[in-house]
Amino acid sequence: MAAAAITDQAVEIAPGVHWVGALDPHLRSFDIILKTANGTSYNSYVVRGQHGVAVIDTVKENFADDFFRRLESVAGYDEITTIVLNHLEPDHSGALPELLKRAPQAKVYLSSRAQMMLKALLKPTGEKAPEYIPVTTDDTVDLGGRTLRFLHTPYLHWPDTQCTYLEEDGLLFTGDIFGCHFCDHRLFNDTVGDFRFSFEYYYAHIMRPFREYVLDAIALIEPLDINLIAPAHGPILRHAPRDYVHRYRELATPRLFNEARSEKTLVVFYISAYGNTRRMAEALAAGAESIGGVRVSLYDLEGGESGIFTDLIEEADGLAFGSPTINADAVKPIWDVLSSLTTVNVKGKLGAAFGSYGWSGEAVRLIEDRLRGLKLRVPIDGLRIKLVPDASELEECRNLGENLARHLTGRIEHREIDMATLA
Amino acid sequence: MPKAKVTFEDIGVSVTVPAGTRLIEVSEKVGAGITYGCREGECCTCLTKIVSGGENLAPPSILEDQVLKDNLAPRGHRLACQAQIIGGEIVVKPA
Repeated sequence: MAAAAITDQAVEIAPGVHWVGALDPHLRSFDIILKTANGTSYNSYVVRGQHGVAVIDTVKENFADDFFRRLESVAGYDEITTIVLNHLEPDHSGALPELLKRAPQAKVYLSSRAQMMLKALLKPTGEKAPEYIPVTTDDTVDLGGRTLRFLHTPYLHWPDTQCTYLEEDGLLFTGDIFGCHFCDHRLFNDTVGDFRFSFEYYYAHIMRPFREYVLDAIALIEPLDINLIAPAHGPILRHAPRDYVHRYRELATPRLFNEARSEKTLVVFYISAYGNTRRMAEALAAGAESIGGVRVSLYDLEGGESGIFTDLIEEADGLAFGSPTINADAVKPIWDVLSSLTTVNVKGKLGAAFGSYGWSGEAVRLIEDRLRGLKLRVPIDGLRIKLVPDASELEECRNLGENLARHLTGRIEHREIDMATLA
Repeated sequence: MPKAKVTFEDIGVSVTVPAGTRLIEVSEKVGAGITYGCREGECCTCLTKIVSGGENLAPPSILEDQVLKDNLAPRGHRLACQAQIIGGEIVVKPA
């Protein structure tokens, strides 16, 4: 385990630029969902110009003492002209209310989407919101011989996130992107222990659902001259920082090569006790296939693990889930898959459910509710068939597949509905 | 009760609705691609492009206006959870 603390002093990362963050080596899980085998760090930075000092992000509230001690070692509160908030999650804004009390003259620069979050964060303090300025790409702040330039990089991994570039020095303060939960008092990527796993684990659990936004951000970042990347967690990337930008581009690029890129993709997952739901799945898949322009895949959930289906689901345009009903519920392998999708973006994909049942047949509606909860669109009512599907019922399954394919390929027939007829 | 017609371009469905209905109520029922988050006009997840007939929606409240501005929403966009249909014909699609 890394040493519990370095010194109380700030650490210079470039001339006139200091790390004033805090180390949290004993943390073992972060935000419930992430394991942190050697803790984490909350990185905050101070940039000194000729006529102003900027503080970039703060730390988690219970580490505020460490932050203020380090901050005081390089700047007086009355010198602080600028506070930049790249991300307002409490692990980076916990010390903000107190900082605003100590440096009330400072102007706060944040993204447009961060404004309401700032107000919400300051609610319990009863303090009046400070003077804040919403900024976007290419807005700048002049600290005197040093210029902070903002990059609008939302959803990395909250709506409010942005990056800040110190132009003259080529330093990029990135908030959570390029960060990781890895605690090491040696601070810099060329001196700390092996943090490669933590870097990739952080991407996989925090950034992956937002990979389109990651690619947008990378497009803004790649043209910059970068000497150092200063993220809000984990090692400061001073050795080969551009390698980490490249790696992020690789990570955010679709994992599976798709030979049929021009086609839409429909993945049909099913699980079947007596073969009835399987027959429905096969008929549905055949129906979808018959329309053309859709690459259809059929998977029996019993033959795989939910984790390995995640890549397929991330890449698919449409998803259909088939489950029998057992004791008034869909079966566990279905829920295992549908509870494993927080690490990928499924919003807006086409979804559908189907299944055979013996008695009450609740599974289909329950799956549809879950798909809607995951923000898939479910425009076609699912199909429930009592026990063994006959020829006409299998035709209904084919029709469902055809309809799904038409939706995916934009060949749907226009329908007129009266709302009163909708359930 | 006065009626209105809302067309969801992405799924090719037109729905006749009673005046006073919010877009969210009908888009969810027909499975249109507009997605929802807070449902209280705050998170901007349900940002919707009004292709035509914007005048047939009640004007945005101060809150909706602020959220649209904070989220840099382009002109002709509304929050589906807030936009109330008052009559006529409206065509929408996910932003």
